[in-house]
Amino acid sequence: MKTVLVAIVSGLLFGIGLSVSDMVNPARVLAFLTVGRGWDPTLAFVMTGALAVAGAGWLLKSKLSRPLAADAFHVPAKGAIDKRLVFGAIVFGVGWGLVGLCPGPALADLALAPLTTGIFTLALITGIALFHFSFEKWVAAVRAPHTGEDA
Amino acid sequence: MNMLSAIPVWQALLGGALIGLSVAVYLLFAGRIAGISGLIEGAFGRSGRAVLNVIFLLALIGGAWIGAHLRPSGVAVHVTDSIPLLVTGGLLVGFGTRLGSGCTSGHGVCGMSRLSPRSIAATLIFVGTAALVATAMSALR
Repeated sequence: MKTVLVAIVSGLLFGIGLSVSDMVNPARVLAFLTVGRGWDPTLAFVMTGALAVAGAGWLLKSKLSRPLAADAFHVPAKGAIDKRLVFGAIVFGVGWGLVGLCPGPALADLALAPLTTGIFTLALITGIALFHFSFEKWVAAVRAPHTGEDA
Repeated sequence: MNMLSAIPVWQALLGGALIGLSVAVYLLFAGRIAGISGLIEGAFGRSGRAVLNVIFLLALIGGAWIGAHLRPSGVAVHVTDSIPLLVTGGLLVGFGTRLGSGCTSGHGVCGMSRLSPRSIAATLIFVGTAALVATAMSALR
């Protein structure tokens, strides 16, 4: 029950943060990603605020032997940079640069502009399902073993 | 993109800090990484964890609605109206984030704030690639 409350609080904070920082607007994100006239630094400030607070979280974590509302920490080991990571990041980057939406804002926009962004979100979930139900095993067999869950 | 007016720096920092707080709360209380692409994939499982992931994601959607109403002028969402672009982009982002084990939240916020070399490399690569693609797309328009 405690973990349900944690999930609700964390989810709410994440969503509020996305709206307050305007990361829910793909045009804002593309204005950061597009180099040249009209460049918009907003995403860099958002990242700065997020890294400062999340970094403090990691410092606090080092003082804990177990989470405050769960039995154990489930965080990935710091593995090596492999082909799978590099290729995945490139594929993600192409899609992100085409539309300006990544997974968090794509979900958040279901509350704000479902008619215009819903197709993207549906395709996003389909892409994740494709990976989960088929390519996951294929990739694991052909390429390097899964180095763990970073995210 | 001409309709884009700047938002105050403090607002961007505050919104970012709330995202960071979400990550810190989930880490310290649930002991887990709040990476959105990972939470979505985990929602396909059959355990209680899948239910918990769905609850997190639904709360995120609710939080976005609340956040939008906290802003006096509301939010504007401007996205391409090209359906092929939306579908292609969505599939690439979904598949790519799982192949690379993380997205802007998992690698960008959680991993980089932990100084993970994998996450720093992934973030540099996906931001760099996205910048190339977005800049090229803008030149074509």
